[in-house]
Amino acid sequence: MRLARGLAGPGLAALVLVFGACAPRGGGQDGGVRLRMWAMGREGEVVGELAREFEREHPGVRVEVQQIPWSAAHEKLLTAHVGGSLPDVGQLGNSWIAEFGALRALEPLDPMLAASGLDRDDYFGGIWDTNVLEGETLGLPWYVDTRLLFYRRDLLERAGVMRMPETWAEWRAALAAVQRRGGPGRYGVFLPTNEWMLPVVLGLQSGSPLLADGGTRGAFREPEFRRAFEFYLGLFREGLAPTLGIQEIANKYQELERGTFAMMVTGPWELGEFARRLPDSLQGAWATAPLPGPDGPGLSFAGGSSLVLFRGSRHPEAAWRLMEFLSRPEQQVRFWRLTGDLPARRAAWADPALGADPRTRAFGEQLQRTAPCPMVPEWEEIATRIWEQADRAIRGATPPDSALAELDRTVDRLLEKRRWLAARRVARGPSS
Amino acid sequence: MSAGEAAGAARAAGDRRGPGAAPLALHAVLIAGAALTVAPILWMVSASLMSPGEANTAPPPLLPGRATLEHFRELFTHLDLARAFANSLLVSVLGTLCVLFTSSLAGYAFAKLPFPGREGLFRFLLTAMLVPAQVGMLPLFLMLKQLGLVNSYAGVLVPWLASVFGIFLVRQVALAIPQDLLDSARLDGAGEGRIYTSIVLPLLAPVLATLAVFVFMSSWNDFLWPLVVLSDERLYTLPVALASLMGEHVQDTELMMAGSVVTVLPVLLVFVVLQRWYIRGVMAGSVKG
Amino acid sequence: MSGPLAGRQARAGLVFALPSVVLILVFFFGPVLWGLWLSLTDFDLYAIGDPSTVRFVGLGNYARALESGEFWNALRVTLLYAFVGAPISVAVSLAAALLVDSRLARWKPFFRAVYFAPVVTTLVAVAIVWRYLYQPQYGLVNAFLGRLGVPAVDWLGDPHWALPAILVLAVWKNFGYNLLIFVAGLQAVPRELHEAAALDGAGGWQRFRHVTLPALAPVSLFVSVTTLINYFQLFAEPYVMTQGGPLRSTTSLVLYMYEQGFRWWRLGFAASLAFLLFALILAATLVQLRLQARRGGGGARA
Repeated sequence: MRLARGLAGPGLAALVLVFGACAPRGGGQDGGVRLRMWAMGREGEVVGELAREFEREHPGVRVEVQQIPWSAAHEKLLTAHVGGSLPDVGQLGNSWIAEFGALRALEPLDPMLAASGLDRDDYFGGIWDTNVLEGETLGLPWYVDTRLLFYRRDLLERAGVMRMPETWAEWRAALAAVQRRGGPGRYGVFLPTNEWMLPVVLGLQSGSPLLADGGTRGAFREPEFRRAFEFYLGLFREGLAPTLGIQEIANKYQELERGTFAMMVTGPWELGEFARRLPDSLQGAWATAPLPGPDGPGLSFAGGSSLVLFRGSRHPEAAWRLMEFLSRPEQQVRFWRLTGDLPARRAAWADPALGADPRTRAFGEQLQRTAPCPMVPEWEEIATRIWEQADRAIRGATPPDSALAELDRTVDRLLEKRRWLAARRVARGPSS
Repeated sequence: MSAGEAAGAARAAGDRRGPGAAPLALHAVLIAGAALTVAPILWMVSASLMSPGEANTAPPPLLPGRATLEHFRELFTHLDLARAFANSLLVSVLGTLCVLFTSSLAGYAFAKLPFPGREGLFRFLLTAMLVPAQVGMLPLFLMLKQLGLVNSYAGVLVPWLASVFGIFLVRQVALAIPQDLLDSARLDGAGEGRIYTSIVLPLLAPVLATLAVFVFMSSWNDFLWPLVVLSDERLYTLPVALASLMGEHVQDTELMMAGSVVTVLPVLLVFVVLQRWYIRGVMAGSVKG
Repeated sequence: MSGPLAGRQARAGLVFALPSVVLILVFFFGPVLWGLWLSLTDFDLYAIGDPSTVRFVGLGNYARALESGEFWNALRVTLLYAFVGAPISVAVSLAAALLVDSRLARWKPFFRAVYFAPVVTTLVAVAIVWRYLYQPQYGLVNAFLGRLGVPAVDWLGDPHWALPAILVLAVWKNFGYNLLIFVAGLQAVPRELHEAAALDGAGGWQRFRHVTLPALAPVSLFVSVTTLINYFQLFAEPYVMTQGGPLRSTTSLVLYMYEQGFRWWRLGFAASLAFLLFALILAATLVQLRLQARRGGGGARA
């Protein structure tokens, strides 16, 4: 209900309108079902359109989508869980499934899956696994996400880089060439210092398990992670990446346009954003490529979002129908067209449009080489600590060895309760 | 206070002799100070009228090349900021009424109606002013969760139902009510309720007006509590809606400035119109100690 | 006075005071006590899903806080901010009050209103504005400083400058409040004292030191204590502008508590942080009162 108000001051009319318009929760239509869904970022902006078609197929069901920014999503979801105000259907990054599973916030989907026609083999292997916790399927993969290089081909070619790098050494050389060509104030790649994806991916590429002993201790001091960490720090030390956090760049699309840097490491939603935000003159100049690894094409992150059914939903039947609807191959393709997010179902990839676009093809290629993050409930906090320590090392506030030692110490402390619970489970026997 | 002010004004009017440089320098400093103080607010308004991307250029422009209202349009149509505005209004008005009601009664009682343990109880309540609000916030959240009040208007209103500061302020003024006035009313046979509504309330009117403005402003600007309690965006108050907007649109400088304008301008207007009461409240709460 | 009238008044008094008292007890003191209990347990994310995993840890949370580098960092940030920022803020307010209230100044109500305007603005909204003002390439602050020949600074991105940058915002936002209080205090200084001092040959500065300042003592105390308490509770500015960074250089105690409590749901630990903050505020307030009492010789009013 829209209140077309100007910026005028308060008035009684406002009070009356407000009382009338705002019924607190539960104001459903007579007999109709009101489904609430939370979605993040661009997905949140767009899924409403798909939901309209769902509503047409299911008269009497209304879907209300609320968009939540990624930066606040984790907090908001947890707060809502504690406060008992979670929606019916939600979008969850698959690195959060373990956490919300431990909180018993998610309804297991196995019974509904058995009755439906959804086949797990139709989904990218590895992605499905990230949704299964202790034998229960807690999420339905919605779209897959992995990180790879987005770059401006014209700037690279101008610097003499004709072939995309496939190893770390080649990558460093390419970035150095771009930086030399650009001059002072110009860089090769934008790696926000307050994001954990890249150090973690580099660690995975290097063979580090990140957590040891069944996910109860940190493994950051081990040589595998160390190697990746050194490479990561080197990019900043050599001036190939600016020492900036994500919010210190006013608008990264403008900076890419201006040539402040030539590359970014980011995900599929940027396909849509680049198309929207970069000027027409540059639309032919940008492309994507898989990530380089230590000795050859490298792994990337097995990410993505899943659709989950929150326990305590008052309309689980209708909610599941919505999740099924969004998993239909046509809907997955339509979603991809609107956001650039890649379908989780292989059947959707059969659509010619997906195969034809070279930029999307790079994602398809990278998706063959992915690895997941450790599935522990504390992962979000551990990931935050990782980038915080990396940030300190980048800025020279701590030497790398101390940073990694401190990281291990902190992570060990964070996982203390997990160790205690595991020990308790062993002591009590398999029935606990 | 008024005598001093009057005397000061008279002197300022009469003291026009002396070197002309001093007053000039003084006013120059005062005006420069005023300019610096007001500059961020002016820029906020100016940037809200700029075209997208214009504010992110070097050197930063002071005025829009071509003023546009598109960001405001976007806020009120696509982003539904009007709803947040209405929510803030609802919560602030209701909260103010609640605090006025409870504080005027209690403030009068603590000043003029002796009951056993009154002074001790008042001193105990005062200790609440020392405890930072954040101490009780988490448990209060858990408590509201048990009561099912999370994510509702009622939940947001909970901190604004009663106020130790309000009681303190009202009591301060109520202490000055002549005792004979009340006693003779009692001897005339008036009940306590009648005495309160027909004698005390009119005398408390100025401090209640002040308290009203205070509470309205504070609840309008409150951020942490609504942030924690509200998860449904349709219930967001303005500050929370603005912070949420920031999450998605941090790169859209001009849009964010428009959002800030919508949040700040109403309070500024209320202040300009009602400054006498607000200022009186600030001074009353302090000078009398 | 005794008898039926007194009894009636007592009853009325209880009834009138009851709503406020009950509400404050239930919704303020109750949670505070609950928080105290929480601080003695390790209530966290696991406990929210399965309450049987809660453990009683006694003073364990407090010990962990005092051993934690992050706590000392938050404490350092808070103390720095409070003990540097509050005096600056008070000094600016006093200076501005002296100017505004000076005999030579005209249009006093106008200046008072202008200087007070930032106080009523919504903190989140102006924090957002200032965040853009501080932008290294496109912000007005660096542009303005550039005109004066000062090189550009990455205000919110440099660990050394982020806290001062937030401090400037806080001073800008709040100095008008204390200015009003000081103006009221200045106007209460009896004219005769100034005139007597002038007759004795005291110059402006001496009159300030020996007449104005002592007369302002109670007001100064009030302003200092309340400003300090306020600054100890720094939260919204770092939350909106820097998220506690860069390198946690703007993570105040309240922000740290919010992170631990509402981001990671370590409720037990967060509760202990809240009480540590409370103890800090109490200590600082008592110390300040004691110092002033010793100096002013009991001239302070509570």
